[in-house]
Amino acid sequence: MTTPTKTATRRGALKTLAGGAAAAALPLWARYTHAQSAEPIRIGFQQHRTGIGAAYGRWYGRTTEAAVGLINAGGGINGRPVEIVAEDDGTDPKRGAEVVEKFANQHGCDVGFGTLFSHVVIGSAPRAGELKLPYFVVSEGTHVSSGMLNRYTLQPGITDVRSQVISMAPFITETLGKKVTMIFPDYGFGYDHRDALAPAIEAQGGEVLAKIAIPPSETSFTRYFPKIPRDTEVLYHVMVGPAVLTFVKELGEFFGGQGPALFGFIDSLEAVAINSPGLDFLEGSHFWEGMCRHQQPDETAHEAFYREAVGVDARGASVNDPADVSTYGHMFGCWETLHVIKAGMEAAGYRGPQDRAALIEAVEAMSDMPQSREHPQGAKRFNGKTHQVFGHQFISQVKNGTLMRVHTTAIEDSLYPDMVDYTTQAF
Amino acid sequence: MDLGPYLVLATLEGAVTAAVLALTAVGLSLVFGVMRVVNIAHGEFFMLGAVLAWWVATSVGGHPALGFGAALIAAPLIVGALAMAADMTILKRLDYDPERTIVATIGLLYIIQQLTLMGYGPEARPVEAPFNTRLAIPWVEHGPEGWQMIWPWGLGTTTYKLAVIGAAVLILCAVWAVMARSRLGLVMRATQADREMAMAFGIPVERVYAITFGLGAGLAALAAVLIVPIQQAHYLMGADPLLLSFIVVIIGGLGSLPGTVLAAVLIGLSDGIISVFFSPTLAKIIATLLVALVLVFRPQGLFGKRAT
Repeated sequence: MTTPTKTATRRGALKTLAGGAAAAALPLWARYTHAQSAEPIRIGFQQHRTGIGAAYGRWYGRTTEAAVGLINAGGGINGRPVEIVAEDDGTDPKRGAEVVEKFANQHGCDVGFGTLFSHVVIGSAPRAGELKLPYFVVSEGTHVSSGMLNRYTLQPGITDVRSQVISMAPFITETLGKKVTMIFPDYGFGYDHRDALAPAIEAQGGEVLAKIAIPPSETSFTRYFPKIPRDTEVLYHVMVGPAVLTFVKELGEFFGGQGPALFGFIDSLEAVAINSPGLDFLEGSHFWEGMCRHQQPDETAHEAFYREAVGVDARGASVNDPADVSTYGHMFGCWETLHVIKAGMEAAGYRGPQDRAALIEAVEAMSDMPQSREHPQGAKRFNGKTHQVFGHQFISQVKNGTLMRVHTTAIEDSLYPDMVDYTTQAF
Repeated sequence: MDLGPYLVLATLEGAVTAAVLALTAVGLSLVFGVMRVVNIAHGEFFMLGAVLAWWVATSVGGHPALGFGAALIAAPLIVGALAMAADMTILKRLDYDPERTIVATIGLLYIIQQLTLMGYGPEARPVEAPFNTRLAIPWVEHGPEGWQMIWPWGLGTTTYKLAVIGAAVLILCAVWAVMARSRLGLVMRATQADREMAMAFGIPVERVYAITFGLGAGLAALAAVLIVPIQQAHYLMGADPLLLSFIVVIIGGLGSLPGTVLAAVLIGLSDGIISVFFSPTLAKIIATLLVALVLVFRPQGLFGKRAT
């Protein structure tokens, strides 16, 4: 049997010609041929609407909405409006990869954006790389700068755990104590803390006595606490998940007013009011904050503008519901990342998916970002080789139930040698 | 922490787990014993109890004890009524066929879970305990000045946790009294022993089934109301109690109430102690291994009767 070869027939040629003519005549078609299209720029927003990251997802959503509103009010990107296509990933890595696929193949998004939980980032980034979809994460994980991911994944709006830890370790050892025990969530983000803290504390002449991992889906915590060694001077705690309020409450009940000094990441308290019943014991303890939840006396105009735009009051709660406390220490990352996307697209003259590589190169070329309305958290320095941004870190102390900033680290304190050069990878 | 205080704390934590687990598992065991229905949605009735407790407590307002007290009564009743409705509209129409009811309750699990997500949202919300004072436990230690009493940090519990243990014991006694001493218990036991014979004697078996299913779900909801001031109400919180309840019920013997209570104490305490000394993951591994061993060597469970 022979395979019939396709030959051009008169009928076929006529069909093709007719189709082509019809397509060319369509007025809709014509819009795409112009460089300055009125089509919106579509940003796929991978949102943790459900699952263990739901509280973050809610506020990442509100911040994104506010930032896009501001960008659109200012004329959009390259004169085109920005449209957010939000998809729930259930804070689940497998679902995350599927969401990235939907962005690229189904929704026709220009970029993917907004993922926080590190296991979702690590699960989704390889797919984004395969689909050649620029993937702007807002995660804090060191997975971007460690070289674990790919050229299509960038973190230009929020600093990573390693830089946070090394810049704050001197404060911990000098102010609180040298014998540290750490409690961290048992997954990617927690491992960044685990791997970064011990070397940073040892470099200051201190020592990490014990490392206690707790699954982020845990609901009861007291049984983990007896592993804290008796001679601990500082308890370094960072916890995420729906039960963080239970975590801090049980921590207070466990120590009962005694015990080591506490140094926490605000993650342990994100979306939780600090004056919740049972949290009085936090008075005097220290927290890392990505951005100060409670309004500081020296708040900058940029930050005040941002605070109002995202609808958050002086206590860091929603202006509509004081019980709805924000994830203020992290969500600024969405705001800043969206402005980096805008700046990158404008620098690259971005027209459509054919310019994705140019967009990444434009972001890679960025370095210093001064504090501004676009960067209300503070000045930043982007490292194009490692795709990671560096910035200031804040340490706050609970005074009369309010988080007051007591220390700000310099950008230089948070730098570390490059672990990867993504610019050498092919697109 | 030293071994002694460690063990005391582990036992206390384990006792709270055991108390809540016993209530939840007794509900599951009751439903299986009387109706021969494996209720996969049991964990969701537990979750629903916690969520309703939050809802009732916040609607009532005022002193925390008021809201909590109202929740303690209302939540199990509402959940029980819902479960009875589910029994009459779904399980009854499947003629309580063992395989089909499993599939139906899996469906019920997802329906309850997703409806809660849509109505209540994905947040974890706290219910304030009616009372909660930390009780420090002293310890005797041999120091440089001989034996002396110390108050080590970490060694303590709260009045509320002790109250949970006490309440669980009371409720279990009440369940036992109902089953062994009341007319309702009598007809439930008769239905359990032989459904057709019970019917022949004029026992309204379908009504007994509905009440049993409601009672089982209500017990799970009650356990959830007790635990919700310690943990928080969250739409995914039903998975763990379901798994642990099945472990307990299989070890104790399906349908045997004393076996269930004993297995709950065993699993709860071992979970507490193994979690504190080693890791909570290891505790779950050992509990699941125990289930496998029981299934291999004593498939009817520790207290179950071999099917004839």
